[in-house]
This record gives sequence, C-alpha cells and structure tokens, in this order.
Amino acid sequence: MKARAFSYFRAATIDQALDAHARAGDDARFIAGGQSLVPALSLRLQAPRLLIDITHIAEMRGVRREGGFLRIGALTRHCEMLSEPLIAEFAPLLHAAAPFVAHPAIRNRGTFGGSVALADPASEFPAMTLALDAEIEIAGSSGTRRIKADDFFLDLFETALQPGELITAIHIPLFKADQRFAFDELARRRGDYALVGCGMLATCAGDHIDDIRISFFSVGNIPTRVKGAEAALIGSSLDAERIAAAQVALESDLAPPDSDEVPPAMRLHLARVLLGRLLGRLRDGA
Amino acid sequence: MSGFDESLLDEVDETVRVRFVVNGRKVACEVAPRETLVDCLRNALELTGTHAGCEMGACGACLVQIDGRAVHSCLMFAVQADGAEINTIEGLTESGVIADLQAEFHRRNALQCGFCTPGMLVNAQELLSQVAEPSREDIRDALSGNCCRCTGYEAIVDAIDAVAKARREAGGTP
Repeated sequence: MKARAFSYFRAATIDQALDAHARAGDDARFIAGGQSLVPALSLRLQAPRLLIDITHIAEMRGVRREGGFLRIGALTRHCEMLSEPLIAEFAPLLHAAAPFVAHPAIRNRGTFGGSVALADPASEFPAMTLALDAEIEIAGSSGTRRIKADDFFLDLFETALQPGELITAIHIPLFKADQRFAFDELARRRGDYALVGCGMLATCAGDHIDDIRISFFSVGNIPTRVKGAEAALIGSSLDAERIAAAQVALESDLAPPDSDEVPPAMRLHLARVLLGRLLGRLRDGA
Repeated sequence: MSGFDESLLDEVDETVRVRFVVNGRKVACEVAPRETLVDCLRNALELTGTHAGCEMGACGACLVQIDGRAVHSCLMFAVQADGAEINTIEGLTESGVIADLQAEFHRRNALQCGFCTPGMLVNAQELLSQVAEPSREDIRDALSGNCCRCTGYEAIVDAIDAVAKARREAGGTP
C-alpha cells in the first residue's frame, strides 16, 4: 500500500519545526529516521496532511559531555550507538543494546530520539533509558523541559509528550568506574522483536550492590522497571540466594499480557531465566 | 491544537523537485511527497535493479546505499533523500566494487529466483565494509533483514563467507 498524499516541509531549526506543527494543528507528524513511521503511513494507520522532516536540524545532532551527563542528540542514529566512542565509554549499556535493534539497514536510518518518542514496548532503547535513569529533553511551544524516563512512558505507545512537542536530546548520567551493566534478549531470530529483553545498570562496591536499576521490554504495555527485584538485590552481594529472590520478585513486578503465541507463564519464566543469566554476568564481570 | 492552517499548504508544493547524485550522475526529478525512494528510482529513473518487495522494511529487496550506507529505499520518501548520494545495484555493478561478490554468488548458485539478490548484495557489501572477519553467525545475523523466499540462504552465506576470506587475504577490507 501507499501513503495517503501529504505535504512535506523540511525544517532547518527546532523553532521552524515547532511552528509548522502548531500551524498544522493535530494534522502533522515529525519524521526523522522514519523506520516505523513510513510503514505506518504506508498501511494508512496514520494519514497526516503534513510531514515535517526534522532530519536536518543541526541542534538535534551530536553526542557530547555536558555536566554529569552524556547529551545524545535525538537524531543520533542507531548505528552511531555502535560507532561513537563517547557512547561506548559513557553509555556502554546503549552500545551493548544497539546490535539487537532490528538489522543493519534499519539501524543506519533509525534515530534514538524517534525510538524513545514512539515508545514501542518491544524496543530496546526506550527500556534502556529507564535502566540508565535518563532524562529526556523536550522542546515545545512553551519552551524546553526535561523529564525523567521513569515519568515518560505512560501506556501503550503513550508518553508524556504533548501534541506538537519534540524530543531534542536524551541525557544519560555518565557511566562511572564503580558501575557494571548487562544486556541481553531472547528472540526466535536475531533482528526479530524479543520475546523478553532486559538491561541493567548497577553501582557496586566490590561485589556489594549499592544500587541497581533493571528494565525489561516486551513484557507489557510499556518498558518496565522491576523494583521488587531491584530491592531484593540492593545492599548485598550477588549470591545465588539473592539472585533467586530477585527472580521470585518478578512475579509481582511483571504482568505479561495474554497471548496465544507466548502465554504469560512462559514469558515470566523466560524473564526469570534472562534475569538470572544477566545477574550472573554482572557478578562474574563478564 | 486542532485547526489546520491552510496557508501552510501555500508554502509547500504538491510536487517537489529533488536532486540526487545517483550512481555518480547528477539527476533531478519531480516527485509527490508520498512517493517512496524505491518508486522514484524504478519509475522516474528507470533503475529497476532495486526491487520493491514487502515495502515494510522487512524483506531487504529494496536496499540501496545512501551516503555510503545500506538503507531500505521503501522506508524513505524520495523528498527525504534530496541532496543525497545514492548508489543502486546498477552503480555498484558498474563501479566493480561488488564484482567479487557477484562472481561468488554466481559460482555457488547463491540464488534461486534472484528477486532478492540485489538487496542481498547491497547488504553483503555493507557487512563486509563494517566487519573485517565476520563469522557465519555474523553473516546470518546481518542477513536477518533480507528474505529469500526460495530459502537459498546456505549458498548465500557460503558466498559471503568466501568473499570475506578472499578480501582479507587480498589485504584488508575495501
């Protein structure tokens, strides 16, 4: 199928993009990588009258250190998560997750900001913003604001973004020497959506866990932090007993949706297996 | 946030003149914004080596290089590519950069109907330009975005594996 006819406007600045959206009312969409939006337009799940191309807005590009954060421009492409040295050094969890995002040609176009804005519950990066305690920088007609990832994902494909607002950057607290991370997902085939995926970031004193944030994807309507499991791990070392306790806690942390293909009990089991595997890696420093 | 400011449409044209460098040649054409790049390449520029398959970014038959990287031409509107440098399978063939891949696909009969082959070649070139020593698993991972409905994968993996080794022996990746 083909997209319904629309008009196209290429914005050079954030202000131009916001202005065009304001004038188009609710009948406009921003497009950057377009790797999810173009199929949605082709299927006519969406049929805006105006497409505002934000790909050429220089202010939304680039990766740099800013205070205690790494500021990743919203237009940073998935492939740059693999090639950008600052990301490998200061946001290694994103670097580890990137190879699991779709396949290379999609990663060459898709953008970090676009992935977070879409908030697909099966996507890797929205969930990782939770594990990383990221802050999302949003521009709108009333100015710029920053919101914690914890407060951003509201429901299926629903976020704290208001109509006409634009994600301009994502701020990730800099990875520190006393931190460890782990990421993996279970999928039938690399590049497919995960049956279950998980990423975690821990602050450690030796083998002692001072703090840990664990985020799952593909197990519900939104990317999900598992606070019960986190609580079971904080303040101890990662022995088999604690790992088992964290696995048990998943039962109340997660509520996998009912589906014929993957029953909730199976998805919960896979989540436990994955959690155990990743905590083992975290402990062994692998 | 509801009314649509109609004056906006006076400022944006229903057809747009786009310019690209395609296979080393400057070209310009008029497109409607809704026209995908693959349709523009095939219909306006008559470069029919790029195939439109699923038009959802799943099958990989439409892969082209944009500014040196493999991209789905079905997941992009031609207007978005304005100003870009595009290489299609025709350009990659003319320049000779994938001659070894093509010869190896041919030698090993790494195709059945051939519909997916242009995309397979663009993807193989992308992989070999990024990863110097791909394992067979790496090759299979990279091919996860390309569908061969004749299930000719085994010979395709063999062909890419053989070219990777040959390029390495010839002294690094291009």
